Amino acid sequence: MSKFRKKKKGMPGISTASLPDIVFMLLFFFMVTTVMRETDLKVRQTLPYATEVKKLERKSLVSYIYVGKIEGQGGDKIQLNDRISSLEDIKYFIFAERETHSEDEIPLLTTSIKADINSSVGTSTDIKEELRNVNALKINYSTRKGDITRNK
Amino acid sequence: MAKRDIPEINAGSMADIAFLLLIFFLVTTTMDVDTGISRKLTEKQDPNIKPPKLKEKNVFIVTVNRNNDLLVEGTKFIQVDELREEVIKFIDNGGGLGNPIDGAEPAECDWCEGEKDPASSDHPNKAVISLESDRGTSYGTYISVQNELVGAYTDLRNRLSKKLYRITYTELLKQSKNDVKNESLKEKIKNIKKKYPQIISEAEPTK
Repeated sequence: MSKFRKKKKGMPGISTASLPDIVFMLLFFFMVTTVMRETDLKVRQTLPYATEVKKLERKSLVSYIYVGKIEGQGGDKIQLNDRISSLEDIKYFIFAERETHSEDEIPLLTTSIKADINSSVGTSTDIKEELRNVNALKINYSTRKGDITRNK
Repeated sequence: MAKRDIPEINAGSMADIAFLLLIFFLVTTTMDVDTGISRKLTEKQDPNIKPPKLKEKNVFIVTVNRNNDLLVEGTKFIQVDELREEVIKFIDNGGGLGNPIDGAEPAECDWCEGEKDPASSDHPNKAVISLESDRGTSYGTYISVQNELVGAYTDLRNRLSKKLYRITYTELLKQSKNDVKNESLKEKIKNIKKKYPQIISEAEPTK
């Protein structure tokens, strides 16, 4: 019994000097691996699943079009940046997006369509038609990686 | 110079500051990786230009109606999980002569393993998949179909690549991404893409 008491007495406090280093390391990890949240989602979305997916490289070249329903309102809504928009706004959205990039990057610009699993194909067809009108031909159907049987 | 005694700065609150920053970044940033099926839309055509004529046997029509049912070639109802097999059978048929490659004479598809049925597609570079959807089709089904179509091509490319280079096409792409300057890898990818070109056309959806 006396042996134990002796040990307890001589226990040194744990040094917290390296705690800032550890936290900074975590901080840098998160700063490098994540991107700033750009928009708040106004439409409700569950993305469909697919297996043949590709990663989107160079996020600065990607612009997003969100499609989904809003609680209590019928029909699919299109969201560009932070606003619910109409189909006609898409071309201005693409033009604005091109303004922010240099000339040689314009052919590389990709439009990612993030549409809800239950939205209708008609809406995304209209969007694609608009994109074709302004010659923004590179698109990406945003999906999650998973088995397609979950798309029901 | 007299040596002055500089008092040490207390670093005890450093951890708090760092934590504060850390939490700020945790809240404002997202980590989700964006993945998806990439596609290139076709350019707007001049309405006066007639579309090129295709033989009916070289076109594989997939129709999705508003009840998310799948119909292939206008006659056969199938499930989504059967689609890949049907598409592979169609592309890989190799029943005739293909479009000339690099100015050479039109030749048969000597890498195809299909049934060589004269009533089905002639050559992978002539075979066109046409996807017709309805405006009311659900997006989930549409993506499933797209996925299966792309998947069919990936399967065929993987098979051919394994035969030619003993490594799958997917693996080739991965290696090429890590080793951008490797020309022989790029050449291999190009060769496979040429042998199984992805030709998927989308018709205007029915109202």
